[in-house]
Amino acid sequence: MQTKMERFLELLSDVRDYQDVQKVVEATRDLYGIEHVVYHSKSGAGEHSVAFTYAQNWADRYVEKDYVRIDPVVQGCYERFHPVDWKQVDWSSKTVRQFHREALEGGVGRQGFSVPIRGPHGQFAMFSISDNCSDDQWARYTDEHVRDMILVGHYLNQKVLELGSADGPAEGQQALSPREIDVLTLLGLGYSRAQAAESLNISEHTLRVYIDTARFKLGAANTTHAVAKALVRGLITV
Amino acid sequence: MLKYIYAEDLKTQPKLADTMFRHRALQFRDRLKWESVTVDENGHERDEYDAMNPLYVIWQNADGTHGGSMRVLPTTGQTMVNDHFLHLTNGVPIISPFIWESTRFCLAPGATPKIAGALMLAGMEIGLRFHLDHAVGVFDARMVRVYRYHGWAPTVVGTEGAGRDAISVGLWEFSEDVRARLAEKAGISLALSEHWFEQSFGSARVMAQSA
Repeated sequence: MQTKMERFLELLSDVRDYQDVQKVVEATRDLYGIEHVVYHSKSGAGEHSVAFTYAQNWADRYVEKDYVRIDPVVQGCYERFHPVDWKQVDWSSKTVRQFHREALEGGVGRQGFSVPIRGPHGQFAMFSISDNCSDDQWARYTDEHVRDMILVGHYLNQKVLELGSADGPAEGQQALSPREIDVLTLLGLGYSRAQAAESLNISEHTLRVYIDTARFKLGAANTTHAVAKALVRGLITV
Repeated sequence: MLKYIYAEDLKTQPKLADTMFRHRALQFRDRLKWESVTVDENGHERDEYDAMNPLYVIWQNADGTHGGSMRVLPTTGQTMVNDHFLHLTNGVPIISPFIWESTRFCLAPGATPKIAGALMLAGMEIGLRFHLDHAVGVFDARMVRVYRYHGWAPTVVGTEGAGRDAISVGLWEFSEDVRARLAEKAGISLALSEHWFEQSFGSARVMAQSA
């Protein structure tokens, strides 16, 4: 059976423009059974790209009131890089409490989780999910999906970079290095990790890291998927 | 105590920041004599990565000064390993949402082994709590013994130079078992370590005050 991540990547591979990014954000919401999904990026040159599932009137109000200045989630994530549950940010000041009331009325949801993303050349993005479930349900949901959410946010961001902002396509990140090609080729030939590591005269730990870096460049869900993608793109032959 | 603090927040801790950057000058310029390091007019050793809002892990002494520290950056952005040490990674740029870079592991003059252990424990906490798979780091030969002593040695990917002048790129893996061992050796309870972490990053367990 196809995993949610594999399905997400399939949807992502069809993205051709920013309107498609919006469609993928909506599809991600449905795929992961979550109330809202938001992606927001700022290029090194200061251009913004936004895609979200919130009601348009909340989004309009947010822009009109310039809430980005007081939104504690944005303040807590901007130019940082550790993932944040919205419970971890400071909602205590009066203006922030007022903002929170309005956000709840706007249908944002009382639970949320955000992944700040640092891209190349000073690019920055934020990927957030939110919902209205109970604290217990939310804790279980995030435990189960946090790794997927980190990856979904980063892959979405890779795609937006590819679409060509002022930062240009992330070509340097997409090309596999010769060592990564060696690793995927041996795995494609059916070598075990231990055998591949030995053949390449590197440690198994180093090999695992090269699989990770290749997987990220290829936009793959797992090792098998990475080998398959590299084959399809003609990056390796076995 | 351990503090996790982004560069942009260092201004709230002037004494801590000042002593950290001075101790880095002592370690990297005066003791290790690394040619690439630069020290500014304040006696602070800083490089371009300090200007990228890195996350610092800092051991703060009781008098508020720096006892030891390291610097953390995500590998999806610019990192020292990818900019300057590709010849030590078989030419593979290390870029993954699940790998962060650790550099500038520094100890204050007279720092005890427990401080080094506390910093390593903090690195482990970061990896486990932020769902990472590996850390990649640049370190000098002298550090290998320190890492080994605390029971969390890196896998060395590549080394240049020899003897005391050697510089290596290494990889660490995160695990709960090693976390417990590090805490024990550093003389820090897991509960205290958790407390320090949540003091810096907030707790997701308690619902914040709302409407």
